[in-house]
Order: sequence, then C-alpha cells, then structure tokens
Amino acid sequence: MNGQDFISAMSAVGAGLAMIAGIGPGIGQGYAAGQAAAAVGRNPGAKSDITSTMLLGQAVAETTGLYGFAVAIILMFLKPFN
Amino acid sequence: MGYEIVNASQILLAAGEKEADFSIHNWAKFNLFGQTLYLTTTHISLIIVSLVIIVFALVARQKINKASAEDTPGVIQNICELIVSTVDNMVKGIMGENGKRFRNWIATVFVFALLCNISGLFGLRPPTADYGVTFSMGVITFCIIHYNGVKKNSYRHFTNLFKPIPLLFPINLIGEIAVPLSLSLRLFGNVLSGTVMMGLIYGLLSPPITTGIPAVLHVYFDIFSGCIQAYVFCMLTMVYVNDKIAD
Repeated sequence: MNGQDFISAMSAVGAGLAMIAGIGPGIGQGYAAGQAAAAVGRNPGAKSDITSTMLLGQAVAETTGLYGFAVAIILMFLKPFN
Repeated sequence: MGYEIVNASQILLAAGEKEADFSIHNWAKFNLFGQTLYLTTTHISLIIVSLVIIVFALVARQKINKASAEDTPGVIQNICELIVSTVDNMVKGIMGENGKRFRNWIATVFVFALLCNISGLFGLRPPTADYGVTFSMGVITFCIIHYNGVKKNSYRHFTNLFKPIPLLFPINLIGEIAVPLSLSLRLFGNVLSGTVMMGLIYGLLSPPITTGIPAVLHVYFDIFSGCIQAYVFCMLTMVYVNDKIAD
C-alpha cells in the first residue's frame, strides 16, 4: 500500500466520520416532531399552522447534517487530497 | 493475501455489474470566447423541465382565457386554481397584505423547484442536485432580500448591521452572507442525498430486486422530500424578505 492508497482509504474513513453529524439533526427533528404532536394534541384546531412551523424548524435544523453530508461527498468523490 | 485492492470505488461497486451512476456527465463540448464549455446532464434536465413548465403555462393560458363563469372548470383549470390559491394562501400567511407583489416570484420558484426535485422520478438527474442551480436560486433570493431592505429602510439597512453594538458587525455580516449559502446547500444536499441513494440502489443491487421495490424509496426521496424542500425554500425566502419589509 503506497501513500496514495492510504490517502484514499483515510478519505473514506473521514467521509464516514463526517456523517456522524447526522446524529444531531436526527435528535433535533425528532424532538420538534414530538413537540408538534403534543401541540396538536392540546390544540387540534391549529394543526396546519403547527405542521408548517414544524416543517420550517426541521428544515433549518437539518442544515448542519447537510453540511456533514457535503463534506462526506466531497471527500468521497471530489478527492481533494489525491 | 492473494489480491490487492486497487481503489476504494472498486469495493463500493464490486457487488453489481453496473456502476453506481449519479454524477454529472458532459454531453457536448464547445468553445466560446476562448473558454471550454460543456453541455452537461444538468443543462439537459433543466431544458426539459423548463419546456414542460412553458408548455403547461401556454396550455393553461389558453384554457383560462376561454373559460367562462357558466362552464364547469376542466382538469387543467382546476390544477391552475389549486396552485394559485395554495401559493396565495402561503404568501398571505407569512407576509400578510404587503407581500402580495412577491406572489409571482414565490409561485415561479415553487413550481420550478418542485418539478426539478421530482424529475428524478421520470429518469432525469434532478437539476437541483447541481450546486450551480441551487446557488443561483440562493443568489437571486439574496438580491431580492437586500433590494427590498434598501428600498424599505434606505441607509438604515446598512447601519442595522452595527446594532445593537458595533462590535457585532462581523457576526451580523456573516449572518447575512450565510443566508444564500444555507438556503442553497439545504436544497442541494437534500436532493443530492436522494439521488445518491437511488443511484446506489440501482447500481449495486441485481435486477430482481431493482424492479418494484425502489418505488417505495422513490416516494420518499423524490416526492416527499422534493415537495418538502420546495415548500421550505419558498417559506424561508418569504421569511427572510418579510424580515426586511416588516414595519
């Protein structure tokens, strides 16, 4: 195994590590959905408002996970260090 | 060990006969003003999506012009009215009465982003899975935000960057610049992750599994995720613009 192969392998490992960022948005989105479910339970009339607010908040919370995804994709396919 | 691993992609692609294909390809190459330009998959998908929208709009225009109050509305007229009333309600809900002039832009972006996102269902590579497309949309949103901010607050639009204390100027500036980046990266990342997943499933699994079963994943990655992201893009555009034009 030469240096180039080692860089490829470590890029793949780095991509995997970057996807650990997926944990955060997962927890955040689940919490937002749980709170929205509780809100609908308390006030079923406001279901559409609650749903759109929840989706907006979840989409914003998802951004950090997507940054991790972008880093992983760059490491895997654009190969900046090779 | 009797064998040698040549590169990482060989392991990734060893399971299927086909290659996992989700990257952008060049279809044609031409020179313009001394630069080499490529006609890529994104351009072709964009042209197809635009043609579909233009043809639909022309047909809808014909139908609406001919429609009279006595007739029962046809399919196309119903679809148009559904789109227009949905977008109207969406804009009204977020921006209130002074957001009426943004309806055209929001509806355009919504229809375009929606069709781009679900075009993966029809065998195209979604144009929004190319950062060039989503970043352009983000930059247009950025221009709209600041045009309206300057129009509403004139010079105070810039002095607001120094509030509440001048020390926070760099952070406020980064916050403004991050808006188009995060908007475009969100759309791009969601659509690209769907494209990559579908490409891996079609590329790595063998034929009996790739018929029928990926339909479930298409529903999630193309239709559900695509609709949500188009909605969220419009929603955030409205929220950011409303921030600047609110009284």
